Amino acid sequence: MAPARLAGHGSRLIAVRAMVSVGVYGEGGRGPGGPPTFETPSIPPQFSLPGAKLPEKYVDFEQQNARFPLADRVHLACKPLADWRGLRKALWGISFCSSLLWCYGGLYEINLDRRKLKTPGGKLFTVPNEALAIAVATEWDAQRDTLKFYTMHLSTLCNTALDNPTQRNKDQMITAALKFLETDTVCYRVDEPNALVELQKNEWDPVLHWMEKRYDVTIGSSSSILGPEIPNATKDTFRQHLTSYNFWSLTGLEYVITQLKSVVLSMGMIDRHLTVEQAVLLSRLEEEYQIGFWGNVEWAHDYDMYELRARTAAGALFVHLASESSTVKRKLMQD
Amino acid sequence: MAALSSPLRVCRGILKELRAIQGPDYKRSLAYNYIMEQFRKNKVTGERYCRAQHESNHDSHTYLCLLASTRTHMALHELYHSKGEHSTKSAAAMVGLRLPTQPGGKGWEK
Repeated sequence: MAPARLAGHGSRLIAVRAMVSVGVYGEGGRGPGGPPTFETPSIPPQFSLPGAKLPEKYVDFEQQNARFPLADRVHLACKPLADWRGLRKALWGISFCSSLLWCYGGLYEINLDRRKLKTPGGKLFTVPNEALAIAVATEWDAQRDTLKFYTMHLSTLCNTALDNPTQRNKDQMITAALKFLETDTVCYRVDEPNALVELQKNEWDPVLHWMEKRYDVTIGSSSSILGPEIPNATKDTFRQHLTSYNFWSLTGLEYVITQLKSVVLSMGMIDRHLTVEQAVLLSRLEEEYQIGFWGNVEWAHDYDMYELRARTAAGALFVHLASESSTVKRKLMQD
Repeated sequence: MAALSSPLRVCRGILKELRAIQGPDYKRSLAYNYIMEQFRKNKVTGERYCRAQHESNHDSHTYLCLLASTRTHMALHELYHSKGEHSTKSAAAMVGLRLPTQPGGKGWEK
C-alpha cells in the first residue's frame, strides 16, 4: 500500500513509484517519532522479461496501476532510467515522479523517482519548510520533455540559499539592499511628459507615504539626476528591520529587490500591502505608459512582464515561506 | 491598495494550474492535498479582521500568480522565441522557389 503522503502522486512512472522506498535521512532504521517507513520489495530479475507473471505479493501494486500492462511495467521497472523511453527525449528528460522525504532533522528533501535531488554545488537539497518543498516538487513536475531551468524559480532560489556560491553573509546582503535604496525606482521622477509625471505622482506617492508611515522614516522623491538624499536614520531603521530576517529570507528579498529595482516596492509586497501584479505594474510604470501610448508588442512586453511576475512571485513566496512558522492553537470549548 | 479577490476564486485558479501541470489525476498529487488542507484550515476564524487570514490569502494570490505567469511565460516563449530560423530550403519554399541543384555536385563539395 503506497503511503499517501510521502510517496508522491501521478501515474507516470507507476512501477517505479511503487518502488520508492522512504528512508530516514542519515539513519539506518526508524527514528522515534519519525514517519512510517515502508518496505517495498525489489522485483527479482527473473520477472524482468515481458510476459512474466508477478507473484502474489506484488498484486496490490497491480490494482493501483491497472492502467499499464503488467509485462511492460515490470520490464520498464528493471531497465536503467537512461534508455527508458528512448534517447529521443533530451538529457534525462523523462517524466519523473517527484516526492518528498521527511528526514529526521525536520528538513525535507526532494526525491525524483529514486534519486535524491542535489544542488549544483553537490550538497543534498534540503528545505526547512514543507510548503516550500511541495512547491519545488510541483516545479519539477511541470517539466515535460526537457528540463527548463529558467522556469524553475523556486528551485534556483533554494539552490542559491543552500550553496551560497558568492560566499556572502547577512551583513553584506543587507548593505547591498540598502544601497539599492539610494537608486530606488519609486524615488526617481521625471520632469516631462506631464502625463507621466502625473502618473508617477498618483501611483508611486501612496506607496511611498505608506512606507514612510509604516517604518517611521523619511524617503524623499526627486527628479534630479543624483536622486533623493536618504538620511542615515532611515538607513539604520531599515538595517535593523532587515537584520530580523534569516539568511534564506534575505536571499529571497535580495532577489526580489533586484527584479523590481526598488526597495520600497519589495518591502511593500513582502509586508503584504501590494500584490505581485500591483508591484510589477508599479515597477514597470514608465513602460506601461509607453505601451499605452505606442502600443503593446506581445513578444517583448508581455514576455518580459510575465517573466518578471513569475520571478517576483517566486521571490515573495520564498521569503514568506522561509520566514514563517505556523502553529495550530485550538480554542477550548467552554461548557 | 485594492482588496484581494475572494479565496474561492484563487483556490479554483490554483487547482486549474495544478491540473495543467499534473494532468488528469492531479488530485493525487502532494500539492493538491497541501493546498486543499491549507484552504480548509484557514477558513474559520472568530476575528473580524484576521491578520493570519489576510496573510494566507495574500500567499495564495502569490502562488497563483507564480503558477499562472510561469505557464504563460513558457507559452509565449514557445510561441515566439523557440523556433529559430528557417532553413534556406524552407525560406525559398515560402515564395515558391526551389534551391538550385547542380548534377555532379559543386567542385568543392563531397
